[in-house]
Amino acid sequence: MASLVIAEHDNAVLKDATAKTASAAAQLGAPVHVLVAGYQCGAVAAAAARLPGVEKILIADAQAFARMIAEPMEQLIVGLAPGYDAILAPATTNGKNYMPRVAAKLDVPQVSEILAVESPDTFRRPIYAGNAIQTVQAPAGKKVITVRTTAFKPLEGAGSAPVENVAAPADPGISKFVSEELSRSERPELTSAKIVISGGRGLQSGENFHLLEKIADKLHAALGASRAAVDAGFVPNDYQVGQTGKVVAPELYIAVGISGAIQHLAGMKDSKVIAAINKDEEAPIFQIADYGLVADLFKAIPEMEQELTRLGY
Amino acid sequence: MKVLVPVKRVIDFNIKVKVKGDQTGVDLSNVKMSMNPFDEIAVEEALRLREKGNATEVIAVSIGPQAAQETIRTALAMGADRGILVKAEGDVEPLAVAKILKAICEEEKPGLVILGKQAIDDDSNQTGQMLAALLGWPQGTFAHKIELSDAAISVEREIDGGLQTVELKLPAVVTTDLRLNEPRYASLPNIMKAKKKPIAEKTPADYHVDATPRLKVIKVTEPPKRRAGVKVKTAAELVDKLKNEAGVI
Ligand SMILES: Cc1cc2nc3c(=O)[nH]c(=O)nc-3n(C[C@H](O)[C@H](O)[C@H](O)COP(=O)(O)OP(=O)(O)OC[C@H]3O[C@@H](n4cnc5c(N)ncnc54)[C@H](O)[C@@H]3O)c2cc1C
Ligand SMILES: Nc1ncnc2c1ncn2[C@@H]1O[C@H](COP(=O)(O)O)[C@@H](O)[C@H]1O
Repeated sequence: MASLVIAEHDNAVLKDATAKTASAAAQLGAPVHVLVAGYQCGAVAAAAARLPGVEKILIADAQAFARMIAEPMEQLIVGLAPGYDAILAPATTNGKNYMPRVAAKLDVPQVSEILAVESPDTFRRPIYAGNAIQTVQAPAGKKVITVRTTAFKPLEGAGSAPVENVAAPADPGISKFVSEELSRSERPELTSAKIVISGGRGLQSGENFHLLEKIADKLHAALGASRAAVDAGFVPNDYQVGQTGKVVAPELYIAVGISGAIQHLAGMKDSKVIAAINKDEEAPIFQIADYGLVADLFKAIPEMEQELTRLGY
Repeated sequence: MKVLVPVKRVIDFNIKVKVKGDQTGVDLSNVKMSMNPFDEIAVEEALRLREKGNATEVIAVSIGPQAAQETIRTALAMGADRGILVKAEGDVEPLAVAKILKAICEEEKPGLVILGKQAIDDDSNQTGQMLAALLGWPQGTFAHKIELSDAAISVEREIDGGLQTVELKLPAVVTTDLRLNEPRYASLPNIMKAKKKPIAEKTPADYHVDATPRLKVIKVTEPPKRRAGVKVKTAAELVDKLKNEAGVI
């Protein structure tokens, strides 16, 4: 049988979390199908059809899926499950929301946030904020898996998979979408940016994040934050990097005014290069930083900006 | 309306775990254990609902060893009315926890179950969603703010792009995110009072649930270590290293 990947998208654009999840799915060895559940999402299905190594696209286009609300998503996926050995979704807030419902309905354990596929039933996943890595074997039967997308590279190449419509089951009618307040930004998305610059409590205020924005603009970086900066209201909740926020693994992560608590490290320590600016030379962030600058950020960040300008950035 | 709050006993969030030499797990001997931080937020929210007159009774449930009774006592000291301890040794997976909670819900008939979004030990982020599915209830995960009305609850959720509000028919399941509230500390008089509050003791068998793990842990290893790199003296030197040595800008 095949593996089913649930696409991440916003009805207009296919997110690259999908390609990375498909790449994890390909390692299970069975043909990969992708389900695009959304509303007026034909363009997304067309984009999914071009993913390499995908055999078939299923599209379920109905109002109930417009925001991937968990209850209708569960019904749809559970309905398709008999045709699949494995069902995979990216560990986004959407995937985390609907997938455990699917697992419970299928009466199988879910394997959360896999980092690697050892064999079709054995996976590596982080526990304790990534301070330990568990190798787990799922029991015989269907596999329900969420994927930590930073751990998988998309497959190369282009495909041309056929797109097939699937009927949408009736909305269970117990939940409804009311509204959404999305933080709009011209910058790259936090989880897919090549460079991330994050601020912590050391920034002292939301206004001071403008200092980081100037650097971010020059480097085409995404902005992130520690929990303390989010809790203090400096930046929106979706900036939080960490064990219980977003996991990022860019080419370069710059931590500014962040102490380096284990919960924060859990979300960024797989970055290729880490730079840290902190006025406390004992700050734990320096224990994992490739480049550490012990300095007052209010002096160092403007200097960094000037230097970048001088070099033509 | 009753509110049920499942609380898990986990390693304290301040402690960095050590992986055991024989790769069978992490070393939990002599380490400080606490209530899962997201569950403290769940207890706090339930207490606020009771204080506003929306809830009549707050019941704390824990599934775990005898020592999980301390976690229930913590919830009672914060203000929960009574506890249920379901005794089970070793790891109990989210699906089994959800099955036990389902059976408790059928007995207690709460209008709302508030759980943490994630246990900081297994980092599963599954139990609330599984419970909701098993009961056929709606869910509001990663709650940032909740508002109760007669037959429904509106939940503002922390999602990848920002915030999303959904409206759910009651009964429902809610899981907490960090910004929902700031949990209270238990006062000394309340800690004393909590000692007299009732805790019922049960086993998974009482609920006809087999709590044996279904995932087989092959091994637990340490993650690859990162080493501290070099210190630079100025911002200009940092830019130079990032550009010419690391080649990342
Ligand atoms: C259940 C739970 C989940 C959590 N999840 C997360 C998570 O996902 N992500 C996360 O980040 N945290 C998380 N945390 C919180 C985490 O434990 C830390 O509290 C948090 O990361 C601290 O943020 P911070 O480093 O910005 O603040 P602090 O620890 O207060 O550090 C501020 C740093 O700024 C430096 N500084 C101050 N002024 C300046 C200056 N002028 N110039 C230079 N440096 C300066 C200080 O030296 C200090 O090192 C979680 C905690 C719990 C309990
Ligand atoms: N053994 C347990 N006892 C009580 N509550 C639990 C237990 N395991 C999980 N939970 C609840 O489920 C939430 C999510 O846990 P998890 O799915 O393991 O990440 C926790 O925050 C608790 O509210």
